[in-house]
Amino acid sequence: MTSNPYLPEIATVVETIQETPTIKTFRVKLNNPERMKAFSFQPGQVGQLSVFGVGESTFVINSPPTRMDYLQFSVMMAGEVTSRLHSLNAGDQVGVRAPLGNAFPVEAMKGKNVVFVGGGIGMAPLRTLLLYMLDKRKDYKNITLLYGARSPEDMAFRYDLDDWTTRKDMTTVLTIDRESPGWQHKVGLIPNVLLEMNPSPKNTVAVTCGPPIMIKFTLQALLKLGFKDDQIITTLEKRMKCGVGICGRCNIGTKYVCVDGPVFTYAQLKELPNEL
Amino acid sequence: MMAAKFLPADKLNEWIAELAESRRVLVPVTEQNAVVFRPYAKDTEPVFGRQANVPPKASIFPASERLMAFTYVKNPEDLGQVAVEVQETIEPEPTVVFGARPCDARGFTVFDRVYDGKKVQDPYYKARRESTLFVTMACDDPENACFCHWVGSSPSDPEGSDVLLTPLEGGFLVEDVSKRGKELLSSKLLSDGSKKVKEARAAHAAALAALGEAWSPAEAPAKLIEKFDDMGFWEQVSAKCISCGACTYLCPTCYCFNVTDERKGMRGERIRTWDNCMSFQFTLEASGHNPRPTKAHRLKNRVGHKFSYYPDIHGGAIACCGCGRCIKFCPASVDIREIVRLSVERPVSKPEKQ
Ligand SMILES: Cc1cc2nc3c(=O)[nH]c(=O)nc-3n(C[C@H](O)[C@H](O)[C@H](O)COP(=O)(O)OP(=O)(O)OC[C@H]3O[C@@H](n4cnc5c(N)ncnc54)[C@H](O)[C@@H]3O)c2cc1C
Ligand code: SF4
Ligand code: SF4
Ligand code: FES
Repeated sequence: MTSNPYLPEIATVVETIQETPTIKTFRVKLNNPERMKAFSFQPGQVGQLSVFGVGESTFVINSPPTRMDYLQFSVMMAGEVTSRLHSLNAGDQVGVRAPLGNAFPVEAMKGKNVVFVGGGIGMAPLRTLLLYMLDKRKDYKNITLLYGARSPEDMAFRYDLDDWTTRKDMTTVLTIDRESPGWQHKVGLIPNVLLEMNPSPKNTVAVTCGPPIMIKFTLQALLKLGFKDDQIITTLEKRMKCGVGICGRCNIGTKYVCVDGPVFTYAQLKELPNEL
Repeated sequence: MMAAKFLPADKLNEWIAELAESRRVLVPVTEQNAVVFRPYAKDTEPVFGRQANVPPKASIFPASERLMAFTYVKNPEDLGQVAVEVQETIEPEPTVVFGARPCDARGFTVFDRVYDGKKVQDPYYKARRESTLFVTMACDDPENACFCHWVGSSPSDPEGSDVLLTPLEGGFLVEDVSKRGKELLSSKLLSDGSKKVKEARAAHAAALAALGEAWSPAEAPAKLIEKFDDMGFWEQVSAKCISCGACTYLCPTCYCFNVTDERKGMRGERIRTWDNCMSFQFTLEASGHNPRPTKAHRLKNRVGHKFSYYPDIHGGAIACCGCGRCIKFCPASVDIREIVRLSVERPVSKPEKQ
């Protein structure tokens, strides 16, 4: 980042993918080739995407740092900036302020089993970590993914799913909420499917992201399976503006989600004042 | 060593005019019954006898400022291709803020720890901070709402000021506080004031005594956290609040901001504006979820930030300078002193046994 933390880098959208009716993915490259080459980040860090004249919003960089051809952001339509982003196409210019925030503890997770539990757009932060671990496969033991969406049409990252479901070095379970014609995978709510899968907590870290209600019941399921608070990692969403700990938007007590987060262990979450 | 100079009362405006020759000087003036800071011009009549209604916060942190300008440029070869150019817009102007009270000057030290911190610096704030000097007027007549002595300050606190003036019989004692302040004392209008120092110290002591006994908020950081889930307490202390936000806009230590874009045709700008944590929208998320849905949650955050979270992060420093404006100008008479005091003195109400 430049010495002015508010100044975005200009970037070009090189590719877009309509993931689901409400989620669109943007692959972007910084216009300055040197800065693109020098750009580095850790899985889990976020960026602010700008549409100049409309505004800025926070999204996780969901491509992994091991694949630096472009930076990928997946955007769910939620309001003004996200709607405008959805109208952009390859060749359009955006602003990028990244990387911001903390990251998943990839070093501490070495030598462990990892269970990913993602729901809806919550798969975005997991994607960066999952691809990173697959690219450094030797460093991690068993990798399990449980990804759920409302319906088959709501599943993002379909271009990854073929690989994930057929790979021998990971286990992938997909689930949707209700039966749908032609669906070959599981049907059922994520926490229930997770209990059925019954992953062992031994030497394992669980990483979960999704809508608040899904997180709530997934946490309960993980605890039931014997996972301890510090074996569970999640990311928090708060309304953000500056992204660098100044504007005062995103605090929970003394913690600022934009710098102390978005990644927290469940043990850390329990230490925070009750204001999620 | 501080130099002590004396300025005769009838030379005050002359000195201000002299300072205004080479820079912008902001002085308190009456505008529709309110005292506000405005640039000094020839016929300006500054008002020093009372605390300004609006602090000089905007001198360094404007209510709205441009963070950058941008231009969309069409590619003449291919009109479908549009590039963006971004221009940084930092434009500090050498400024003296003249005649603010010590609490208002000290208020910026609360900003400094956040806007000019170890990890991140705000270049817009920093540029203005560095180009602005504070010539402060020690307070000789504290008001009912004042409580600077609760938060480690006093009516003659020099912290955050560059020059401190003390009103005396027939004139002012003028003391430099900072190195940059010393440079302002070269004026020929100032004479030796060393004989008046004792009188000034007595005036300082008298003003402090007029505030009455101080109450120490030392326990507030821990006690406020202890009361975090005591929503009955927060509902009670916020019952009168109407979420108008006057307390945050008039506060010299409130520093939260919003960022929005404006665009007209091919040009536009990104603007930062003061924000207000008492409003429902402040933390409203895209999903519709709001972590602070009621005024009780929001007032808890405002008081908690100033007297608990901020001190926890910044070595005990309280994010309130005790200026009393949020008390004086609250249309519902919410009193932050009472909330902090109650938070410490009242036991946490335990949820009833089931
Ligand atoms: C750390 C983090 C990572 C995120 N990652 C992703 C991601 O990978 N993909 C994705 O689709 N979304 C992500 N989000 C959510 C995304 O930032 C918001 O959906 C987006 O900012 C809404 O912007 P908008 O301008 O379209 O909405 P607006 O028109 O500004 O507002 C619509 C609603 O969204 C709320 N809102 C505005 N900004 C935010 C915000 N930053 N967070 C939550 N609510 C907000 C407003 O209060 C309002 O209720 C992330 C948020 C955070 C904090
Ligand atoms: S000024 Fe008073 S009524 Fe208005 S938001 Fe502040 S506490 Fe509430
Ligand atoms: S909280 Fe109230 S008393 Fe404290 S600095 Fe702000 S306006 Fe002044
Ligand atoms: S987004 Fe500004 S403080 Fe976190």
